[in-house]
Amino acid sequence: MQSLDRKLLRDMIRLWSQSLAIALVLAVGVAIMVMMGGAERSLRETRDTFYERNRFGDIFASVTRAPTDVLGQVEAIPGVGMAEALVSKYVILDIEGMTAPATGQLISVPSAGVPKMNVPTLSSGQWPDPGQTGQVVVNENFATAHGFKIGDQFHGIINGQRRALTIVGTALSPEFIYTIGPGSIMPDDRRFGVIWMEGAALAAVYNLTGAFNTLTVGLGRDANRDEVIRQLDLILSPYGGTGAFFRKDQISNAFLQGELDQLSTMVKVVPPIFLIISAFLVNMVLGRLIALEREQIGLLKALGYHKGEIAWHYIKLAMSIGALGVAIGWGFGLWGGRGMAELYAQFFHFPYLVYVPYPSVYAISAMAGLAAAALGAVTAVRKAVALSPAVAMAPPAPARYQSGLTDRLIHLMRMRQTSVMIWRSLTRWPIRAGLTMLGIATSAAVMVAALFMFDAMDELLDKSFVQLNRQDVVISFAGDRPRSVIEDVGHLPGVMVAEGVWSMPVRLKHGQFSRRTSLEARDPASELTHLLTEAGDLVTPEGGIVLTRRLARQLDLDLGESVRVIFPSLGGREERIPVVGYAAQSFGMGAYVTPETLSRLTGLAPRVSLANALIDPDQVEALFAAVKATPAVAGLVEMAAIRQSFNDTIAQNAGMMTTINSLMAALIAIGVVYNAARIQLSERARELASLRILGFTRGEVSYILLGELAVLTIVAIPVGLLMGQGLAAAMVTGFDSDLYAIPLAISRATYVRAAWVVALASALSALVVWRRIGRMDLVAVMKTRE
Amino acid sequence: MAQEITQSTLLGIVDPSPSRVFHTEGITKIYRTGAVEVQALRGVNVELFSGEFTVLLGASGSGKSTLLNILGGLDHASGGRAWFRDQELTLMTDRGLTRYRRDHVGFVFQFYNLVPSLTARENVALVTEIAAEPMPPEEALERVGLGHRMDHFPAEMSGGEQQRVAIARAIAKRPEVLLCDEPTGALDSKTGVQVLEALEKINAELGTSTIVITHNAGIQAMAHRVIRFADGNIADVTVNDTRINPSEIEW
Repeated sequence: MQSLDRKLLRDMIRLWSQSLAIALVLAVGVAIMVMMGGAERSLRETRDTFYERNRFGDIFASVTRAPTDVLGQVEAIPGVGMAEALVSKYVILDIEGMTAPATGQLISVPSAGVPKMNVPTLSSGQWPDPGQTGQVVVNENFATAHGFKIGDQFHGIINGQRRALTIVGTALSPEFIYTIGPGSIMPDDRRFGVIWMEGAALAAVYNLTGAFNTLTVGLGRDANRDEVIRQLDLILSPYGGTGAFFRKDQISNAFLQGELDQLSTMVKVVPPIFLIISAFLVNMVLGRLIALEREQIGLLKALGYHKGEIAWHYIKLAMSIGALGVAIGWGFGLWGGRGMAELYAQFFHFPYLVYVPYPSVYAISAMAGLAAAALGAVTAVRKAVALSPAVAMAPPAPARYQSGLTDRLIHLMRMRQTSVMIWRSLTRWPIRAGLTMLGIATSAAVMVAALFMFDAMDELLDKSFVQLNRQDVVISFAGDRPRSVIEDVGHLPGVMVAEGVWSMPVRLKHGQFSRRTSLEARDPASELTHLLTEAGDLVTPEGGIVLTRRLARQLDLDLGESVRVIFPSLGGREERIPVVGYAAQSFGMGAYVTPETLSRLTGLAPRVSLANALIDPDQVEALFAAVKATPAVAGLVEMAAIRQSFNDTIAQNAGMMTTINSLMAALIAIGVVYNAARIQLSERARELASLRILGFTRGEVSYILLGELAVLTIVAIPVGLLMGQGLAAAMVTGFDSDLYAIPLAISRATYVRAAWVVALASALSALVVWRRIGRMDLVAVMKTRE
Repeated sequence: MAQEITQSTLLGIVDPSPSRVFHTEGITKIYRTGAVEVQALRGVNVELFSGEFTVLLGASGSGKSTLLNILGGLDHASGGRAWFRDQELTLMTDRGLTRYRRDHVGFVFQFYNLVPSLTARENVALVTEIAAEPMPPEEALERVGLGHRMDHFPAEMSGGEQQRVAIARAIAKRPEVLLCDEPTGALDSKTGVQVLEALEKINAELGTSTIVITHNAGIQAMAHRVIRFADGNIADVTVNDTRINPSEIEW
């Protein structure tokens, strides 16, 4: 080992606590890169493999009833690689031990063999035997949620008839990686199940023999995607086609994609924060080390070492700190990555989701970590090597202070001299003070940005379930019903208020922009559902259409502009209607009109597709029983259950996430404050020791050093909270998807908690330094000239 | 007490039977650095008297600084006992020693040790703010001849000026003892003389018992009492019948 390297090793050991503080901050950045970057890649690659192997469709369409030979026309569209027609229906399930009705999605499978597309992978059991109409395969998570084993039975209300269904197998399908029922916003595996059963039997029940109502299309390599959709809609429109849509709008895929986008946003935003902070810390610590070793640097130069060799020596020290951080970060990343994979397995159901540590993710994170450390070293080193040996070997000139305008203020305020010292130190190195303050502020910002998600969820729940939607249940029908069905719903036991919603699948177009959505017509006098503007005022679609703000933005529509409304299920009928308002909505991208408007647009008499109802809590069971016995009901969604499952999910992850985030934020604060304090202590050791000799107590001396850090922390907290708000706003934008938007809501408790974590972390670092002040060797300090 | 001595010394009278300000019994000090053991003091017995200007002479490593540090409450003895007046320093805790330094002792060091971020006046005020009956910082600076430099920062002053600020800072709290470790060690003869004149003036005007460590043998001629150190113990003590002015010292 060369002498210089030996020096490096000893420097590293001597500076262990400071190096470790920096390495830990760096480690967080690296860990997040490894963890989230790895999770994103795992998830993406698993998805892509699953989609490809199981031939997940590129285009999806549904019709009311189309004869099987239409499939031939579809396959003939240029660009279509393969297509599969099947029967799919929503039904009410009656499961033993569960009073609430569950919803099942029946999907037909060929009588012999497996589906061609969206192929479910059997995780246990087998496919139904030919001719055995009561045998079904269910999605694995549904079986798990109910504790079902092969051979267990449950009942489905299939076209009005209560049928016993025997489970012969469980499966996982690329169509239901994120298994979410109709009208729901959270997966609830007890209340929603996917049921594959023999096609012939299913078709017979629904009078669909020789026909289909659902279509999956796989595209060839060079397909003109938009043209395929256009032709598909033309072919399907006579059969009640609701408009074909691409994979990106398929619900499970959209949620999965949303998660991937969030992950990649996080990977881009969070690690750089930590890497930049560690670069700053390396710069600070190395700058101090070099100042102390000024004479040694001069000596090395006088001995004939090149500038480059000396610079490399210090950069190596920085890189060693970087390497330590990378190693720790890798460790935590690997550990956390497993945890994330487990977390994802709760929500996303793959037949295989293995968290593979991708070497490239590790390599990139290591390079980023080392580069951050080296970057921090460069400026500090550059100054050192620029000095001529003679100058370097002479002691540095004493720091110059000058009296300025502020001094008058100081005298006016009659500050104690120790306070004056704090003030002068801050004003003498304003950049350093500013950066330290910013570093501490970042810690508060990270904390706010992490905690705000929970506030946002609360706000979202309140908005969605209290302000906008007050109904207890949503009842969906098998096909649209005349308006009179509301009276029938009103007569169901326990129903106190019932309101109808008529919804039609539409394609909205404006200029080059086009979005598929459903157009909802609600009674403007509705008690149960409201449309509110962002300011919280009621908005009614009187004389036009009200759009969700995000939808309006995507279509580039302003108030008063006309939007083209195309009804694929009505043969592509096209109407125009002016935008009369925006609605604030977190989930989905809805469009709203009055029933009269929809009737005019479609030329149809007002109808009802869904019923919202308020239920007498004492009669819930009676209602459930009635619903299970009512053939016309295709599904029932309990709002309370959705809310519960939302809350459970949040609660499940809140504790751990808060702890991890607090820890990350605290690491920044500790890294910054501890290093700042140690450097100050080193720079001012003589000064502080002199004061001790003059008879100042340890407390009084600590006040000078820690008072300065306290001032910085106190200034940093509000700045950090503001920065946190900005970061949260950036996250809200980054997380925005077609499925949901997170509101920018930050509670006072979040600010308070962030402030506390930062204050405590600072205090902890201060305590360590305070102990050092107590151990200061007065005699030794006085004897040496710095 | 301080007031009384001040008046008597202003009249040019040295107390005929000076009281003891410090005395020690068999002080030893052993420094251990790893395996090496250095005996810095080997059973020192010494008496120092109120109002006197004492010079400690000796080669480096002879133990004079160690004794000064123990008397000043900066270091603990390894053995033996030491008193300031009737308070036993060797029994005091760190807290007690801090209190002792704060109330009774003024220090002057070779490298001045001023706070660079404070002006001359503020450096002195640093001490007057925590002292019981201090003199105004301005008066302390006037006494060392720096009335015109009060608002300068250390970096704007010469070494001699900085050392005189340090003396002003040390005397501003009206300490009973002023301990100076090589106060002229970093200075040239001209500025060194200025510093010694300031010390002499303080001793004469305020009656502050002053102990000065030096390896400049010339300085002994201005002392009341000269204590010579060799090899961790006192070699001899002389009392000067006549003293010379600092300006007459051969450097």
